[in-house]
Amino acid sequence: MLRNQLAKQASHFMFDKLDNELRFQQQALSLMSRRQDILASNIANADTPGYKARDIDFSKELKNAMTQETRNNHPLTLALTSGKHIPGVVPKANDQQLLYRIPDQPSADGNTVDMDRERVNFADNNVKYQSSLTILGAQIKGLMSVINQG
Amino acid sequence: MSLFSIFDISGSAMTAQSKRLNVSASNMANADSVAGPDGKPYRARQVIFNVDNAAGQEIGGVKVSGVTESEAPDHLVYEPANPLADEQGYVHMPNVDVVGEMVNTISASRSYQANVEVMNSAKSLMLKTLTLGQ
Repeated sequence: MLRNQLAKQASHFMFDKLDNELRFQQQALSLMSRRQDILASNIANADTPGYKARDIDFSKELKNAMTQETRNNHPLTLALTSGKHIPGVVPKANDQQLLYRIPDQPSADGNTVDMDRERVNFADNNVKYQSSLTILGAQIKGLMSVINQG
Repeated sequence: MSLFSIFDISGSAMTAQSKRLNVSASNMANADSVAGPDGKPYRARQVIFNVDNAAGQEIGGVKVSGVTESEAPDHLVYEPANPLADEQGYVHMPNVDVVGEMVNTISASRSYQANVEVMNSAKSLMLKTLTLGQ
């Protein structure tokens, strides 16, 4: 019985560690795919009058996502000392903050999309996504080789 | 919110730009159409682009919310011998600005290309993601 419990705990611990190992790249990847959507929307709306180009502060959002993850692991729930207590619900931390790009050239129709800038950002985001994928693949390969040694 | 929504975004932009291209082509084709079905000269048309965002979403694709007729005055050509000329001898020609339409065509095709490239990069990244860990 005790042994069973210990084994269960150990496996839980192990998967937690695996998860921790890969979490950074995973968060980075999902954030970059989100950013890709935003930049695609900017490029798509390059001719829409009045459209304001949007973007996110990537490093800040990544930091946010990482701390939010740890917060989710240790949620700040209220302790219930009586059966009559109402359980406190931790408000979900807000989603990504979409910022507005500051245009360096005004346009007559109020559109702030600078196609060159968006394209450069899109290509940059692509390369970063690919490097993140490569690193994640290498990490998985390393873990697999360790597992297969046994 | 998935990686697939990028296809919706760029796809809607491509549809919108091709509509703009169509309208521009119609304008240029009818630049000399003195009389339409209603007996009046053809009027230049323009598409109106709007952001097509889902409820609660701040980003999104493009939709064509309508096609408007240009309010520009007709081009007048002095041709007293033409049966369509008015009392002063002027023929009312369509108010199509051919140079402007040409610029419109080029701009639409460039925007279309940009969206095709976005789609292609998104596709190659998705395929790379599928091979993760192999």
